[in-house]
Amino acid sequence: MTDQPRKELVVSAIENGTVIDHIPSANVFQVMKILGLDKTENQVLFGTNLISRKYGSKGIIKVRNQFFEDREINKISLVAPNATLIVIKDFNIVEKRQVQVPDKIESMVKCFNPKCITNHEAIPTRFKVVDKEDLRLLCHYCEKITKKENVQFI
Amino acid sequence: MKNRSLVSITDFSREEYLQILDRAVEFEKNPNQRILQGKVVATLFFEPSTRTRLSFESAVNRLGGRVIGFSDASSSSTSKGESLKDTILTVSNYSDLIVMRHPIEGSARWASEVASVPVINAGDGANQHPTQCLLDLYTIRQTQGTLENLNIVFVGDLKYGRTVHSLVQALTNFNATFHFVSPTELKLPSSVKIYIKEKKLEYYQYTDINEAIQKADILYMTRIQRERFSDVMEYERVKNSYILNADMLNGTKNNLRILHPLPRVNEISTDVDSSPKAYYFQQALNGVFVRQALMASILGL
Repeated sequence: MTDQPRKELVVSAIENGTVIDHIPSANVFQVMKILGLDKTENQVLFGTNLISRKYGSKGIIKVRNQFFEDREINKISLVAPNATLIVIKDFNIVEKRQVQVPDKIESMVKCFNPKCITNHEAIPTRFKVVDKEDLRLLCHYCEKITKKENVQFI
Repeated sequence: MKNRSLVSITDFSREEYLQILDRAVEFEKNPNQRILQGKVVATLFFEPSTRTRLSFESAVNRLGGRVIGFSDASSSSTSKGESLKDTILTVSNYSDLIVMRHPIEGSARWASEVASVPVINAGDGANQHPTQCLLDLYTIRQTQGTLENLNIVFVGDLKYGRTVHSLVQALTNFNATFHFVSPTELKLPSSVKIYIKEKKLEYYQYTDINEAIQKADILYMTRIQRERFSDVMEYERVKNSYILNADMLNGTKNNLRILHPLPRVNEISTDVDSSPKAYYFQQALNGVFVRQALMASILGL
């Protein structure tokens, strides 16, 4: 079976807004939470466990009338590293870009080390991404590593 | 180095370390030089560490500078709930240099970003303690005549010992060969081994101290603490396997010197103290000279 053919979209098309495709199925709800889509007033359509030629299974989210800045989209790269961001205007694709895991992550993730200064004073967290594949974040302050499975968003 | 903070051992380059060590040699020959006259150094010890604090304060005094500060958090406004940021901003106004010891990891980096004067990290929790590392490097060079191409044997708690982590990182700049002796539970973490692998240096791991000791130019002993073990039986089983005694020194290299960051408990038997290979008390004295050299360099004097 192919990726959803254009005429039979599993998740309906939107006139204006953003499509986030190629999200790991298991992380669709987390992506929605990170982007605040659980609280938005805009219409949100989504699908999980859809068939993907590239990844086997995938999730997709479509948000009407909402557009995202790089900083916001960077956040989802931590749970959806292969996601594609598609900007739709008048049912047409006007922009398509891959979500990128940034080299540095600031003010997004909590340091896993309870003894880190960022968990004791109001300091924006800063990490260097030392492994983009198997996400490992090196804290700029305490120099400890926060692993993928321990990532908590602020 | 002028006006730069020293928070982590990776903040300075190999050449900068060598400059500090060379400078420390001068202070060893002539410790009393009044080059810090008119300067105020703040020693902020949010947790007690008498040895480190006195070493810094002795270094400042021998250079003719003045010291202000406190020796534990209960006598600072932290006990009234003041944030570290506010304390540092205030003290920046009163001093030319801040030396800080704090139990929270990353506190020194944060302080260096907030302060308008340079900050020297005198230990931030289990994270970094770069001046201990400087004095270890100084001692190694003093006893071996070089820092290059040495066989360094580390023994004891290699998992949690921050002095071991910093020293391994620093020695990767000098083509060292590493030998790590520890119980399986306390092996060197992979986050530190990365530095060795990056420089493509050799390292070997052992659980028996006798397998490594004959190869050593430097034997760096550390304490194994009971609270590090999840299994008390395991602690009881291994605790006596990592104790160095005088008999074990038979057949070791003539240039071997034994170092220890101190305080020692029982991991080096007192019968080792009289051996010419024991060097841990001289090592502690070197702390004053390297701290003099570091402070003079940072203050641009």
